[in-house]
Amino acid sequence: MKRKDMLGLRGVSKEDIVEILDTAERFRNVSERQIKKVPTLRGRTVVTFFMENSTRTRMSFDLAAKRLSADTLGFSAGSSSTKKGETLMDTARNIDAMKPDAIIIRHSAAGAPHMLAKAFPWSVLNAGDGINEHPSQALLDMLTMRDHLGSLAGKTIGIVGDVYHSRVARSNIFGLTTMGANVVVAGPGTMCPPSMAALGVEVRHSIDEVAEDADVIMMLRIQRERLQPGMMATVNEYSRFYGLDLDRLNKAKPEALVMHPGPINRGVEMSPEVADGERSVIMEQVTNGIAIRMALLYLLVGGESAGGDSNAS
Amino acid sequence: MKRTTGMNGVEVGRTLDRLATEMVEELGVPTDYALVGIVTGGHPIAERLADRIEASTGVRPQTGTVDITLYRDDLYTGLERPVLGETVLPFALTGQDIVLVDDVLFTGRTVRAALDVLNDYGRPRSVKLAVLIDRGHRELPIAADFVGRVMVTAKGDKVTVMLTPDDSGNDTVSLDSGGPQ
Repeated sequence: MKRKDMLGLRGVSKEDIVEILDTAERFRNVSERQIKKVPTLRGRTVVTFFMENSTRTRMSFDLAAKRLSADTLGFSAGSSSTKKGETLMDTARNIDAMKPDAIIIRHSAAGAPHMLAKAFPWSVLNAGDGINEHPSQALLDMLTMRDHLGSLAGKTIGIVGDVYHSRVARSNIFGLTTMGANVVVAGPGTMCPPSMAALGVEVRHSIDEVAEDADVIMMLRIQRERLQPGMMATVNEYSRFYGLDLDRLNKAKPEALVMHPGPINRGVEMSPEVADGERSVIMEQVTNGIAIRMALLYLLVGGESAGGDSNAS
Repeated sequence: MKRTTGMNGVEVGRTLDRLATEMVEELGVPTDYALVGIVTGGHPIAERLADRIEASTGVRPQTGTVDITLYRDDLYTGLERPVLGETVLPFALTGQDIVLVDDVLFTGRTVRAALDVLNDYGRPRSVKLAVLIDRGHRELPIAADFVGRVMVTAKGDKVTVMLTPDDSGNDTVSLDSGGPQ
């Protein structure tokens, strides 16, 4: 894989996705050792730059960088000078002056990571840009699916909820369709309009139609921060029509996996019995996230391109 | 580049026989030492040595692998990034006697990295080194305890060990000489 940045899964080849997933599998055992650290990125500096709230993704990237021995420093919306009116480019120029090797950015504006990637020499990893993409989340989802399903080709992956506003869904749609999976989506018309079909997915009208043949049911969080008035009548109504409870899950394939990118609104998109039930792989998703992010940092920041050995025995 | 045969299949087989014999002479029955092959070249050699030690003592030593990719000192030097291999150590390292196994000992940097990997998995009681070929040109103060054959090479030469998967006697060691010094 030859690339400087990971901005999204749109246009990323099947070979690159497989390389990332295979590399992540190798990185898993680092987290299971007593000494959970390899010296690969010693002396490299990784900046986490989060202009939107995040706990899981930020901790996961931070830990991934630390397990590769990189130095990490972070700054976030609440504490940074953007609050004082600094533009994104000015903030980035200041980070650049501190000589980082990679920046992990989350921003409410779609395209913010792309702008930095074009302007600066360091690697940019998109940790979520507005409603556009969240590639590391989709990669960890695909790794979790591959663990259980063996292969993604020909499998049916259902995504339910606010598909339109979900960067997780969008990255998954790009990645999964590249890998040859069938993606079916459902949600209220305001959150899952028929035009989603342009991304190569099948739009269905109810959660039951998705559950009946899906190998994976991925539930999305209702993102109250991105909803405009009128998109949803009440949370209770949403939950009644699009929430996943045991009754609905029992009508799905018996081996269907339940996934959620977190954070969960318990009792809204998913009942607690389902979230904590035996078909839920939500905690595996979190564990796989560290391996995926280690793989991305290694492939983007660690050395030159892939292939071959150097006979330096 | 000119290619010559360094060792043929019969010679590789005899050399492995002798290495295994020396290891049994010095280390005894393998109840308390394990062979760890360095990915990729050392791994099949460790398995073949284990086969031979088992044949002569009736006990098969435990075997494992170490991949040194993440511990290399040349990741940033413009060389191609190697594909990640797998470290498999199915036994506790702490207190264990270990014999590291590799096909070719050259600069010593691979062994240095392998020692660092072992250190992150535990604290072995001792670590010895067995290699099929010692081709000289060390860049670090590292020496092997068990050496199959010393080959005289120039620094720019390339030594290639090709082992057949089935130990059928068709292994070869070849030497490409005349490369950049």
